[in-house]
Amino acid sequence: MTAIQETLAPVAIDHADHHHEHPSWLAHHFDDAEQQYDSGKLGMWLFLVTEVLFFSGMFCAYALYRNRNPEVFEFCSSFLNEKLGAINTGVLLFSSLTMAWAVRAAQLRQHQLLVGMLGATLGCAAIFLGVKAVEYSHKMEIGLLPGKLYVAQLDGVHGPHKGYLEFICTIPAICTALCAAYAIYAFATKSLFHQRVAGPMLVAGLCFFGGVGLGQYLEAQEEASKGHGGHGGHQEHHAMVEGHVEHGSHEHAAASESAHTAENKTASEMAANASIAMGGSPDVYIAPNELRTPNADVNQRSMAGLFFSIYYCMTGVHAIHIIGGMIVITWLIVKAARQEFHEQYFGPVDNVGLYWHLVDFIWIYLFPLLYLIT
Amino acid sequence: MAHTTTSDHNHEAHANHGHHDSQHGGHHDHGFSHPMPIWMLLSVFFALLFLTVLTVFQSQFDLGNAEIFASLTIATIKAALVILFFMHLLWDKPLNAIVILGSLIFVALFLGFTLMDAEGYRENLIYNSTIEASQPVDPAAQTAMAPGVPAAVAP
Repeated sequence: MTAIQETLAPVAIDHADHHHEHPSWLAHHFDDAEQQYDSGKLGMWLFLVTEVLFFSGMFCAYALYRNRNPEVFEFCSSFLNEKLGAINTGVLLFSSLTMAWAVRAAQLRQHQLLVGMLGATLGCAAIFLGVKAVEYSHKMEIGLLPGKLYVAQLDGVHGPHKGYLEFICTIPAICTALCAAYAIYAFATKSLFHQRVAGPMLVAGLCFFGGVGLGQYLEAQEEASKGHGGHGGHQEHHAMVEGHVEHGSHEHAAASESAHTAENKTASEMAANASIAMGGSPDVYIAPNELRTPNADVNQRSMAGLFFSIYYCMTGVHAIHIIGGMIVITWLIVKAARQEFHEQYFGPVDNVGLYWHLVDFIWIYLFPLLYLIT
Repeated sequence: MAHTTTSDHNHEAHANHGHHDSQHGGHHDHGFSHPMPIWMLLSVFFALLFLTVLTVFQSQFDLGNAEIFASLTIATIKAALVILFFMHLLWDKPLNAIVILGSLIFVALFLGFTLMDAEGYRENLIYNSTIEASQPVDPAAQTAMAPGVPAAVAP
């Protein structure tokens, strides 16, 4: 830019001005560093507003569905591993701490500490995703899938599908391998800059698999404490519905359930229940009070399946935000390794920090709303 | 190269800014930046951890309808800590606070009105769907309603 200006207009520009040429970190349409910082930050807050409104659509779906079918949430929440959710909350809170600390380090020109804090944030994000990968794969294996893919629990369909975890882990494994190759290159060439970038990236890659290990350990512990075949604290539900389920799929279960409860009801209500049980459209579903009360028909696609649609949608979109955050934090690490930040120019760290705290903010609500329903 | 056309104007602006950088927000060395003290970062973090433990602990009791309010209250306190301290909204320009609080107000309106609506229509939904659902199930009625065949002609 400077070169072009000099060649195009060597006469027009007063040469005295070149002493006041804007520094590389100040975009030249801003008067000064503070104006640049404030503009960037206002833009970031506006973006966060769109994010809040975007997530509120999903929270609205959640609120409506829970309002209508509280028993579905009680039933399905028992399949979510509270311990893993709590650990992920802690990990995300810690990453928020390191991110806020990174902003401080950028403002105080603590370049090494800044790279370290950004690296810690990246690592925590990777642990979070690793634990999430275990949660997802475990649910997929036992048929806790969204919508019509939902396989009713309690009827012995356990683990027909394996290998989801390996599948999910392929991309992180490739990324980690690339980071390792980059780290080897960095140490071979003895480039301090590359070492400072490659180090945190490799650690983050390994953290993902650390998270996977942690998740698997806790999931196995949970499994063991609940006894074989039991998932979550709904043993009493097993007992209650067992009689209807003995001989077959969940369709039979629901059909016999509805036939059983509808004895003293009008034919039309019974017929409507039957049509649902036969896989009819959930649009015509009616929920007489007898069926809405304890554990009668929650374990089917039109009920639990919808919960898991909401669960995967909310946590999945949140996880996508984590991945996006990891990408921009990696960009920050590159800039931090070049020692670009100082008290006049820390906007990028601050704004990515704002984004990261918003992701944490969303999880603060998701955790109790999904995992902690009793 | 749109930049070159406006370069004169910008250079004038830059000619001014270099001299009084230190005046901006400047009662200390960090210019307009506001480094948070470490003790504050750590105490906010531990408060958040404590509240997480508290919400897990609270979820073990069956509070009935109060449960959702209890867990949402704790979550909101945590969210407020994150926004006020980690996102340093406390020291931020008021405009940014207005922007984000405005969005929260609209979220409240969105959820509030949707839930009011849901409550208002529940009974009607059940009543209507009962009538609709009962029609196609009767086998005799189904054959009679075959497309193109008038009901009176059917055997």
